[in-house]
Amino acid sequence: MNGKLYLSRSPRIAARKLGDEMLVMSGQGSTLFTLNPTATILWQAADGATSLDEIVDRRICSEFEVGREEALRDAEVLAEDLARHGILLVSREPIARQDAPAQEQEQQ
Amino acid sequence: MSVLMQEMGDRALQLGVPLSVQVDLTYRCNEQCVHCYLDHENHGEMTTAEIKHLLKEMADAGVFILTLSGGEIFMRRDFFEILEYARELTFCIKLKTNAVMIREHEAARIRDLGVESIQISIYSHRPEVHDAITKVRGSLRRSINAIRFLKSQGLKVVIANVLMTENMDDYQGVRALAEELGAESTLDPTVTPMMDGDRSILKLNAGDSALQKLFRDEALVGDAEEFCAPPLPPDADSMDSLPCSAGHTACYVSPYGEFYPCVQFPLSCGNVRQQRFIDIWRDSEQLKEVRSIRLRNLSSCSQCVHGSTCTRCPGLAFMEGNMRGPSTADCEKSFARTGIPSNNLLAKRGSAPRLVQIQSSPALPVPAMTNVTLSGSFTW
Repeated sequence: MNGKLYLSRSPRIAARKLGDEMLVMSGQGSTLFTLNPTATILWQAADGATSLDEIVDRRICSEFEVGREEALRDAEVLAEDLARHGILLVSREPIARQDAPAQEQEQQ
Repeated sequence: MSVLMQEMGDRALQLGVPLSVQVDLTYRCNEQCVHCYLDHENHGEMTTAEIKHLLKEMADAGVFILTLSGGEIFMRRDFFEILEYARELTFCIKLKTNAVMIREHEAARIRDLGVESIQISIYSHRPEVHDAITKVRGSLRRSINAIRFLKSQGLKVVIANVLMTENMDDYQGVRALAEELGAESTLDPTVTPMMDGDRSILKLNAGDSALQKLFRDEALVGDAEEFCAPPLPPDADSMDSLPCSAGHTACYVSPYGEFYPCVQFPLSCGNVRQQRFIDIWRDSEQLKEVRSIRLRNLSSCSQCVHGSTCTRCPGLAFMEGNMRGPSTADCEKSFARTGIPSNNLLAKRGSAPRLVQIQSSPALPVPAMTNVTLSGSFTW
């Protein structure tokens, strides 16, 4: 995939960290998901303004032993998959955040 | 319940997280249902700021599923402000309402705010029956219109029907109505005592023959023979089972900030106006007691043949006077389902499982006792 991608959390998503898992409820059919660590990073970093390659550089390559090209390729596939389930919005332009929910809370 | 939802509940239980909380925003209501367990006066509801503060504390504590109920939630003028804030905190939100104040505008706003589902009380498909229960003429028509508005927005609507003497014959009509409207539907054949302990409304509960008929309706229960089969006595695993999620992964907060294990379990554990939500959840002595109870600790129910299959509600048992005791409404349901009386029902009828006492001789100071379990049909 060429060009930058921008991710934003879907405004109709419910989310909460439960232990080390991220619970996400999609408004589409009230479907419940748990996100794996990489998907959780994408969800947390999806502010509509930071591009996917920046997220990969800053959050994924630094945390997992993986090359940049491979990480970016996998992250793009994952982002598209999350978008298909209505969890993330994906765009080639920065996404205005007025409708997106705030960062999910972590339990005390 | 989905497998993932069950796993989530198990994980929350392990971690001690209050996964699901019902907050009643008000007890005021624009309907006056004959079976309602609430006093509809305002005795000092939490302010908008207090509710927002509570929601933030709940999000920090890990609450994921937030049910907003009442009274009627739309009686609060700040309802959408509260809902909007709750969504900013990324709760999964379920609403309980009679919906008579929902029109196109409100339905669109609910959709925009990403509400998971809206549960609406419908007691009959016939206006003369529904409106007689709500005591508001035109209420069925308005609730049905609201369901249409909500469905046109693509929202999930669940029709909740409390069955009682007044509407016992109408549940099939309500189910057909739900299907026509594209809504899901639930049935609950239990009228509960008022929160102040007044039990006079229990006279509205459906009688035994009506329950028997209900539990044999295969459109509701599937294989009636299997559903109504005599239960097996509790085994070792079920003796250690939890009664329900109340106080374990779920709890309830009243419009006045009172913290209870469940809306049907009015054991005050603290008040969120005076203590942090998480402090009550973690440290309340009352909650610790609720959490300590297993089936094996229930003197009557642990010995009852229905012990592991009964829907015993610990809150209703508490309202009968003992949170470790039986809930008679659930005993009656078990009996209507299987034809086998519970220990509690036998005791109430004055024929508890007979203790056959082997007469001891003076040389044997401790009498031996053998429990005899009655079986077979029983006329209540």
